[in-house]
Amino acid sequence: MENHSLVQRLIARPEFGPFVLLIVEIGVFWGFNHDFLSPQNISNTMAFTVELGLIALAMTLLMTSGEFDLSVGSLFGFSPVLMWTLFNGGVTSLEMGFVVALVVAALIGLVNGWFVTQLKIPSFLVTLGMLLVVRGSALFITDGFPQRTWSAEGSWLAEALVGDFFIGPFRIYMSLFWFIAAAIALGYVLTQSRTGNWIQAAGGNPNAARARGVNVNRVKIGLFVLSSLMASLAGVISSLRTSAANPNSGTGYELEVIAMVVIGGTALTGGRGTIIGTVLGILILRVMRNGIVLIGVPGLAYNIFIGAIILGMMALHSWLERRHQAGT
Amino acid sequence: MAEPLIRMQNIRKSYGRVQALVDANFHVNEREIVGLLGDNGAGKSTLIKVLSGAVPLTSGDIFIRGKKVTLRSTSDAIAQGIETIYQDSALVTQLSIARNLFLGREPIKPPRFLNRMDQEAMNNVARDLLKQVGISKNIPPTTPIGSLSGGERQAVAIARAMHFDSDLIILDEPTNNLGVAETQGVLSFVRSARDSGHSCIFIAHNIHHVFQVVDRIVVMRRGKVVADDIDPKKTTVTEVERIITGMSDKEIRDAVADGRPSH
Repeated sequence: MENHSLVQRLIARPEFGPFVLLIVEIGVFWGFNHDFLSPQNISNTMAFTVELGLIALAMTLLMTSGEFDLSVGSLFGFSPVLMWTLFNGGVTSLEMGFVVALVVAALIGLVNGWFVTQLKIPSFLVTLGMLLVVRGSALFITDGFPQRTWSAEGSWLAEALVGDFFIGPFRIYMSLFWFIAAAIALGYVLTQSRTGNWIQAAGGNPNAARARGVNVNRVKIGLFVLSSLMASLAGVISSLRTSAANPNSGTGYELEVIAMVVIGGTALTGGRGTIIGTVLGILILRVMRNGIVLIGVPGLAYNIFIGAIILGMMALHSWLERRHQAGT
Repeated sequence: MAEPLIRMQNIRKSYGRVQALVDANFHVNEREIVGLLGDNGAGKSTLIKVLSGAVPLTSGDIFIRGKKVTLRSTSDAIAQGIETIYQDSALVTQLSIARNLFLGREPIKPPRFLNRMDQEAMNNVARDLLKQVGISKNIPPTTPIGSLSGGERQAVAIARAMHFDSDLIILDEPTNNLGVAETQGVLSFVRSARDSGHSCIFIAHNIHHVFQVVDRIVVMRRGKVVADDIDPKKTTVTEVERIITGMSDKEIRDAVADGRPSH
């Protein structure tokens, strides 16, 4: 195996397929419409991409450990609603409201993890239940109406999370740096740290990991908390950027995020995960959404393309996996 | 007689009304390979599960070098130096050889707060260990377990037990589904483990494999140890098969050279 050339090893990497797809995608869209690579379009696409991306990064680690979280979309909607409700009601400052929203999110992650690891209920059911509880709470405290958000101007929190500036013609939001930092940190955790070894073992063979003294339950609970925190952070960032806190926002994001992660090459069944792949998966889906609108495909047809990409990438990954198992 | 490495005394284990172990007595000496034989349902896998901490015993005592121990979990047993290797369950197929070897005990590169694994050190140790257990092929330590053969996986599990100084390595059906050459490989890994000071319990359906490698044979029947001092050099496979399938106690006494179990 070690005699394979550099090119062969590159092709054998799980990130190779998504990488090629992204390049092809960008090339095709650019060929149809040169505005696709205009600074304005790139800036617009990136702004929302990194918000979903934050959730996808945490989901990558969680899925590598063999679990997933359907409640992230509802937290994306709930956390900003909670923060703004506390602020508008004069209960806390905006910053304190943000901290409270994060603490509540962490507790929700803790409950998810506790149900999954202690009561041994599949994460599908636990987080589906939590999705309804959280979304329902968001609707209940707001009576279903968006919250007032106009007063965030000048808050240092807003500056730190979504402050923007221009580099040449590109409009950059601070959230891009948070995303890059999170990607580097979580990529490091997954591939370099001993925690990463435990995460992979917890997903690959939990009994073997337990037998070696790895606290599989603690690893999984920690990742559920991380997933909730990132969804909460992403929701707040998105709300500050768009000056909106709608209790319904984030609906359906959980599946889009999971799609991003699996397209990137992380196994739905756990044991294997890649942050680089997820970053590519995030870009593939967001570029697709942006590109098909730009070249004139009706927005309603968007899901046809997304579905086709997921099926195609899954076929490719399973083919690579079988080749890998065969030792070639 | 010196205190054995492991001594299990009057072990009882019942699952509801079913008595899986009835006052079983069993011991393993230092630097000894014991073959544990018995028909299906004789109680050998229950005995091993008790010793590996996987199931709690109903009553009885376990001593390690004369000191009484309680084994509540498999990690308890591992901490006490008892490592059990099941054919498939001990390794994470997605992880590399080196990452499996050090799973749960990964060496950390300073500064410690970065929690960074010392992958170079892990790979170096793994390379040496693979040589030590006698894997002749040149397999890089970064190879995922998933692309190894059954025998090579056994070797990695044995190497791990040796490296972390397990006193007792329990091998449950290590030669199942293996080819002839691979079986010989596993048997030689077991011998090299003993030669470097470890004791082993070897469980296999194939009595011929047991005869090739063990120092002493123990036979269980209906939850009891019915013979615990059979010398494979002084008896035949047919003889042992007759003990496994059951004869009167008197016949067993006659068949076994050294007579009654010593504990």
